[in-house]
Amino acid sequence: MGSFLTNYEEVAAVILFVIGMSNLLLQPNLMKKIIGLDVMDAAIYLFLASKGYIEGRTAPIYVDGIMDAEHYINPIPAGLVLTGIVVSVSVSALMMALTINLYREYHTLNLDEIMMKIGKEEE
Amino acid sequence: MTLVQNFPFFCIILSMFSTIISFVLNGRAAKYVHVAMVTIVLVLSLATLSFVWGTGESYTFSMGHYPAPWGNEIRIGVLETLMAAFFALIMLLSVFGGMAHLDREIQNSKKNLFYILMDLLMASLLALVYTNGLFTAYVFIEINTIAACGLIMIKKQGRTYVSAVRYMVMSLVGSGLFLIGLTLLYSITGQLLMSPAKEALEEIIATNSYHVPLVIIMILITVGLGIKSGLYPFHTWIPDAYGYTTPAASAILSSLVSKGYIFLLIKIFYRVLDLESLISNHLINILFVFGIIGMIMGSLDAIRQNNIRRMTAFSSVAQIGYIYMGMGIGTTAGMVAAVFHLISHGATKSLLFISISGLTEVSEDRVDFHSLRGAGFRNKIAGVAYTVGAMSMIGIPLFAGFVSKYLFASAAMTAGHKTLVAWIVLAISTVLNTIYFMRTVLTIYHPVPKEERQPHGMMPSRIETAAAIGMIALNIGLGVASTPVIRAIETGLAMFG
Repeated sequence: MGSFLTNYEEVAAVILFVIGMSNLLLQPNLMKKIIGLDVMDAAIYLFLASKGYIEGRTAPIYVDGIMDAEHYINPIPAGLVLTGIVVSVSVSALMMALTINLYREYHTLNLDEIMMKIGKEEE
Repeated sequence: MTLVQNFPFFCIILSMFSTIISFVLNGRAAKYVHVAMVTIVLVLSLATLSFVWGTGESYTFSMGHYPAPWGNEIRIGVLETLMAAFFALIMLLSVFGGMAHLDREIQNSKKNLFYILMDLLMASLLALVYTNGLFTAYVFIEINTIAACGLIMIKKQGRTYVSAVRYMVMSLVGSGLFLIGLTLLYSITGQLLMSPAKEALEEIIATNSYHVPLVIIMILITVGLGIKSGLYPFHTWIPDAYGYTTPAASAILSSLVSKGYIFLLIKIFYRVLDLESLISNHLINILFVFGIIGMIMGSLDAIRQNNIRRMTAFSSVAQIGYIYMGMGIGTTAGMVAAVFHLISHGATKSLLFISISGLTEVSEDRVDFHSLRGAGFRNKIAGVAYTVGAMSMIGIPLFAGFVSKYLFASAAMTAGHKTLVAWIVLAISTVLNTIYFMRTVLTIYHPVPKEERQPHGMMPSRIETAAAIGMIALNIGLGVASTPVIRAIETGLAMFG
């Protein structure tokens, strides 16, 4: 139990990841799917950022003449988070473009209803 | 460093560069740029292959001026160059085979977009094959997904948008799982390049710590890439994605995109996660079980289809199952069989999808079996091509599929208690393959009255015929002269370790 409390950031990240993933998979509404996707990605970035942070150290910006690495946090996870954000933004944009096109065609955001309309078209 | 050693880097940059310039070109020019680019990639990859084969050892190429643990690098060995050359060859043949169809199906203003996506796909596949960095691999997985999604919806119809949404949802879950697995791996090793990460992992395994995180990392990465490549219980996007888009895109999606992910997974197994510990954890057995379930269920689903393109798509599910079964055997022979099947299935499935477009074209664009009766008489070359593909899938000697089935069966021989299961499932799956592929071949050669033997609709263009003949030759070539390819795979896998 104790390790859950000390690693509360990671625990929160995993819970958020599961919430986001189940939304992405199970929600029939396309907008909610996209929100689920963003929650899922944000959970991973929270996890990464909390891995890079070390209690009591500062951002690795060289201003007051301290060269010692012991003084700074690990900057690599922050770089990974930035790259990841760029990737997830472009993926969400693509999903939204798809949603707009589907809405124009079928006048609904509900994927189940869209499938029903397609089933009728094919008959 | 000699000039040849720079070629893989040139290939990646060249394909990215042609993506960018194609934005300002019209469809025709973009097509020429694409064909020229893929041809150059093919030639350069073959040159690198012969160079690496000659020296007998792999090398790393750093992508900046920083050395290993900080800078990014790519790694070039026999297997990587072989896969790069194979991907380029299949892409070239598929684009030629689907070119005429493409001109009719896609609006004129959107034609360059198709070639942009193809260029992007080539770039990301090459980067996935060559990369030595784990996070780089993640970024290119996403680029690959975006390009594949674009290819699925290139026809701009309601049905294809739904396919694209389904593909994206499953794919994004897969890449999310892969990314969190990567994050965990980074948090216990502190490395993002494959070789230093493996060294750090070996130390961790030697001290017997972090046992649970390690198992979770293996599961997350395997399941993530398994979803993206269409392993059985996660295959729901496959029939939609392959079934409704333009034929060239179907061919490339089924024979290249999913294969790129499987190749990355094999690479991670060898170069990061340490295959020995995967075997001792019995995780490899789970892959074996998923693989054999996929082999049976994919074929059963295929038998139930009345749409020839969806049927062929479901057959892909079964064939992906074969590949995972080979990986799950857990021996080098099994891995060689899996990689050979990667190649032979890629060569066969692209042939099938291209020939299906030829068959449906002469049958008023209908895809149900009733309308396809006698289509083999109406379009002779597509009929022959489909028959060759079907025979290769079933595993008749002289064709590529036979060699991979033979390799699977002989690899299973030394697998202890898995031997019998693998053999029985191989036999059942072959029977099921025969049922649905032979039914299709009999349908397209169903005797029809003479007036129905005239093609209605478009005749195949010369370029499509040439592509179909090229693919038939590739299939028979892989079936007859498989020894050098198998030797190259064995050498390449030995270089991984």
